[in-house]
Amino acid sequence: MKGTILSFEQVTFTYAPEDKSVKPAVSDLSFSIGEGEWVALVGHNGSGKSTIAKLMNGLLFPQQGTVKAMGLTMSEESLWDIRSQMGMVFQNPDNQFVGATVQDDVAFALENNGVPHEEMVVRVRESLQQVKMADYLDHEPHHLSGGQKQRVAIAGALALRPRLLILDEATSMLDPQGRREVIETIRELREATGLTVLSITHDLEEAALADRVLVMSAGHKQMEGTPDEVFSSGEELTEMGLDLPFAMRMAGLLKQAGVPMTGESMTEHELVEELWTYYSSK
Amino acid sequence: MMEKMIFGRFIPGDSVVHRLDPRAKILFVFLFIAIVFIANNAITYAILLGFTLLSVFLSKIRLYFLINGLKPVFILMAFTFFLHLFFTEGGALLFSVGFVDVYEEGLRQGIFISIRFLVLVFMTSILTLTTSPISITDGIEVLLGPFKRVKLPVHELALMMSISLRFIPTLMDETGKILKAQMARGSDIGSGPIKERIKAVVPLLIPLFVSAFKRAEDLATAMEVRGYRGGEGRTRYRQLNWRIMDTLSLLLLVGFAGLLWYFRS
Repeated sequence: MKGTILSFEQVTFTYAPEDKSVKPAVSDLSFSIGEGEWVALVGHNGSGKSTIAKLMNGLLFPQQGTVKAMGLTMSEESLWDIRSQMGMVFQNPDNQFVGATVQDDVAFALENNGVPHEEMVVRVRESLQQVKMADYLDHEPHHLSGGQKQRVAIAGALALRPRLLILDEATSMLDPQGRREVIETIRELREATGLTVLSITHDLEEAALADRVLVMSAGHKQMEGTPDEVFSSGEELTEMGLDLPFAMRMAGLLKQAGVPMTGESMTEHELVEELWTYYSSK
Repeated sequence: MMEKMIFGRFIPGDSVVHRLDPRAKILFVFLFIAIVFIANNAITYAILLGFTLLSVFLSKIRLYFLINGLKPVFILMAFTFFLHLFFTEGGALLFSVGFVDVYEEGLRQGIFISIRFLVLVFMTSILTLTTSPISITDGIEVLLGPFKRVKLPVHELALMMSISLRFIPTLMDETGKILKAQMARGSDIGSGPIKERIKAVVPLLIPLFVSAFKRAEDLATAMEVRGYRGGEGRTRYRQLNWRIMDTLSLLLLVGFAGLLWYFRS
């Protein structure tokens, strides 16, 4: 692991500091993300996921503990420096589209950071190419699908050449096709550039693609590990209100029915592979 | 009905007028509004009308389309025409119907005012029809630039305008969805006496407001995270370039004003 991009050190945050009866939204949380990693932060509604996202980009500051990003401690002063090095994509595709057209939207963060015009033109094209939206330069947002809008949002984040891309429930409002488009885009991006990605999600299928998974519940970190490790504790996850990916549930049920499954298949594709190899070797 | 209305609509095209710099077009229209008041006799009004038709021709907007789209304006025009016709006294008495006397001066005034009205509406429509809303916003931002000295939040105004424009279709879609949802629950919006219909709009507006506020909040977060800190130190992606044609068009307007001045009585 190279450098650490983002770290939380014993962070506690509560929305009502005076009221002791209110449980903190995040309590005593520590974790770190290394350069080049893909980390998934999963948890059910109310687990503190969105609070964590807000703590990361300085919309909220913790009462206890420190948030560090890009080697800087998050504070009022370092806020903008940190923000200029991290891209963020939010849940609602419509509510984060600022520009009148695709290219204006991608340029928005560049404009804010005072990038000269010639450089902007180059970067807008480059980042739109990375998400395969280069043919839509002059399209208006209401002529795009949800998945396309999210890809534009990713391009808008990439244009700043961030060191960390945060996806805050970025696929949760999309239809299955849009979701696939976005996840595929992220995968390709990671392959091409080795970008560090943090995806905050309650979709375990998305989390299965990550290098490491953090499971949040009621403001606490419950589990941490590779997707294999985390998913193997199936019941605990179900208790926290998280649904295992279809392939894993299927494998579990097959195992119960007496089919010798390894339980390592996490995607549909892997499951199919395992099934046919099992069938042909029988 | 909404499809025919051309107020504030933009028709993409490739005419000389389309290619002018938005700043030039906005300045042009504002100067033109002032110049219109130079005209005060038959010749000058004829020149005015001719110049306007020439502009329409240059913008390659079909006259029929323009007239068809401005129908509601014509009603207003007819109203002012008759107002002048009936209530302006002076010159020879042309005819009288019942207690209404129509004078020569009234007819003259009626016609002149109508032409003035028509010319103004045509010119401003040409501006909005040939310039995309975002370009108009850019133009206004630059033109209002000097007012930053007196603390006018020019950049913020322009941004507000462009964001509002960008959200119009989104909110229209949303209205459609809410309308259908309310209809599915048995609300009847399209019929009944006016009072009932106005009441029926309330359950449409409230959810729309709620969602608009939610969107505004999300948008503010997204903007902040993307480094938005107001106009200071910001660069512009959209560049306006002032070309020779833009200077020429304004010179043409000055020449036109001179011509009107020469012929006015």
